[in-house]
Amino acid sequence: MTVSNPNIATSGAARVFGRLYGAVMNLPERPMRWAQAALPDGRLGWLFVGPNLLIFGIFTFLPIVIDFYYSGTGGTNLLPTDRPWVGPENFASLLDCKNYLDPNSCVRDQFWYAIWNTAEFVVLQVSLMLVFSLITALVLNRKIIGRGFFRAAFFYPVLLSPVVVALIWKWVLQRDGVLNAAFIAGGLDPVDWLLNARSAFGWTVFVSIWAHMGFYTLILLAGLQAIPADIYEAAAMDAAPPFRVFRRITLPLLMPSVLVVLVLGLIRAVQIFDEVYVLTGGGPGSATTYLVEFIYNTGFSSQVRQYGLAAAASLLLAGVLLVLTLIQLRGMRGKGDTRG
Amino acid sequence: MLAQMPLRTSVSALALLVLGGIAFAQAADIRIACYSDGNECPATKTLAERFMKDNPDIHIQIDEMPYKSILESVPVQLAAGNGPDIARVSDFSQVVPYQLDLTPYLKDAAYWEKAYGPVLDWMRAGPEDKGIYGLMTQLTVSAPIVNKTLFDQAGVPVPAKGATWDDWAAAALKVAKATKTPFGMAWDRSGARFAGPAISEGAKYFYAAGHPPVVDDGYKTMAAKWVKWNQDGTVDKDVWVATGGGYRDAFEEFANGKIAVYLSGSWQLARLQKQIGDGFEWVVGSAPCGPAACTGMPGGAGFVAFKGTKSPKEVAKFLDYLAQPAVYGEWMVMTSNLPANVELQKQKLDYKLSPAGSAAMSMFQENATTLTPLAYKLQGSQLSRPMFNATVDRISQAIAGQITLDQAYDRITADVADAAAAKAKK
Repeated sequence: MTVSNPNIATSGAARVFGRLYGAVMNLPERPMRWAQAALPDGRLGWLFVGPNLLIFGIFTFLPIVIDFYYSGTGGTNLLPTDRPWVGPENFASLLDCKNYLDPNSCVRDQFWYAIWNTAEFVVLQVSLMLVFSLITALVLNRKIIGRGFFRAAFFYPVLLSPVVVALIWKWVLQRDGVLNAAFIAGGLDPVDWLLNARSAFGWTVFVSIWAHMGFYTLILLAGLQAIPADIYEAAAMDAAPPFRVFRRITLPLLMPSVLVVLVLGLIRAVQIFDEVYVLTGGGPGSATTYLVEFIYNTGFSSQVRQYGLAAAASLLLAGVLLVLTLIQLRGMRGKGDTRG
Repeated sequence: MLAQMPLRTSVSALALLVLGGIAFAQAADIRIACYSDGNECPATKTLAERFMKDNPDIHIQIDEMPYKSILESVPVQLAAGNGPDIARVSDFSQVVPYQLDLTPYLKDAAYWEKAYGPVLDWMRAGPEDKGIYGLMTQLTVSAPIVNKTLFDQAGVPVPAKGATWDDWAAAALKVAKATKTPFGMAWDRSGARFAGPAISEGAKYFYAAGHPPVVDDGYKTMAAKWVKWNQDGTVDKDVWVATGGGYRDAFEEFANGKIAVYLSGSWQLARLQKQIGDGFEWVVGSAPCGPAACTGMPGGAGFVAFKGTKSPKEVAKFLDYLAQPAVYGEWMVMTSNLPANVELQKQKLDYKLSPAGSAAMSMFQENATTLTPLAYKLQGSQLSRPMFNATVDRISQAIAGQITLDQAYDRITADVADAAAAKAKK
């Protein structure tokens, strides 16, 4: 009976595998050498970014081009070839207003309700979220009992799907919801939280802050932890009061993180859709109809689907986002230069 | 093993395999996109299995999906050339451009005209269109459904035949107050539900020339009442106002005893029996009246065939099978639906319902007899959905206090005109 040496067998298999692996890995060598010779002046880079560019082109750039095309067409047909060209008619229709501050004076009143709702939502949500995230980050940066638990607890809603977030809060806020049950148990009258336009709007802001605050808190917390401790020690030696330390040390050094939070928060707030769509469906009336929901309703949900109008509205939204992003980026660059 | 077989047996086996393969390859596949109000899809599946036994060369696949998916996805799939062969739809205007005229494939198109004539128009593009595009899976009629237990507890009689909408609203509110029920009444969040009462109040919806202006005195009377009832607590505001967007039914509110009167329709019968059963006594009331009529709205869903199918003959064969009186009658009994077949409407189908279900079915059938021609015409109009949607959207805004009723009327007119213009652009 012959006993084979397992080590020898293994090393033999490893050798075979190694050769195979080497052969496979060397396969691109010849074509790469050829490409290097054929593509001079550093054009080889295109070969590497090509596949990525192709995917980007098909799934990002092409839809943008299609969106531009659709915004200039009318009718209800889906296929581009079946759609009549109407030029800037959709934009003109969206922007046709006697008084831009009064949606009821506009041809597309729902669009302007959506614009003003979104503007109000963005201002409130972003500013409140920034303040709450900052306070939370400052608290969680201190050595408090159960700090790890609280950090996890504040981040937890970020892990939830927006639909789940909305369903949880709908369960809390509806007329027969948990909150009203608590009110009734406490001898109070139930409140129609989602039936009143102002309170429904307020709850959409609150729920959105609740759902996303953890993420921004985390960014600010990382920013706080990057501030060198010796600066605080120097301030402590100078007996600087806490608010002055915050104003003169923490806030300026945290500004790059604050700007990141602002940019991301702003973009996300303008794009608000899923949570609100499930929570209120844009109601009562159109009190919580935001811009993305208007686009969705116009293009996909309404029985007479006006793809052209929806495309035009989406381009206007994209324009607003672009401007906001550029302003923020300019602000960030300014701050960076100052520090540099 | 093959080598051990005699040559003749091997060749025969091979030939069988090849022929079997060819037969399998030639089997027509029919995909049906279906949604259920009650058990329509499972019932159709049972009949389809029976049909496939008799027609082994046809394979039918029924994909059950939510109503909203049918409403939103199927028209897009059809436009992209990737739709099902048949779909159960309730909004025919959206799929009109993709419908397949079954007439050349039907054994007896005259039978279809005779048996389903009044509802075939609902699937047609206009008065000049004479095609046959599908089969109604039911005829529905809207009517008030009453929590009789609450009425009895309150000592309030259920409004009788001939009672007006004002009588119904007053009775419902009285019951709600006496029994400490949150609200008296709720209507599904649907422009079609609103249209019956509006027509009863004298709304005309259509005018001789051009597009319908929708809003007239009859319409305004009903709209004003509806807004008032929502604001004074007669009606559960939650249904129309709390949720934006499209359709929402109030069945859960009714099933949970939170309202005394629920305006919905015959398609709820299966749910009423299954979900409420004998939880409380429920009855269907007579169609409430207005000065012009005592009408609800007819409606229903139908299996519509599409041009994109690779098997038009087989699609027509299956729908023809379902359309035959014996099968269609059985189908209606299985799904507790009113038949769209004119002959079967005259017969008394043995629904095998509970006593409450039987009484409800009789009332729905009785209410079907008071439906006005205008209600039928409105249901079949290519602009019915824009009219219904504008009603829901704008009246909800008025209830929420966002706009006045007069502003709502102007907007409804403008919305319908806008939708008509968008549809007309080619």
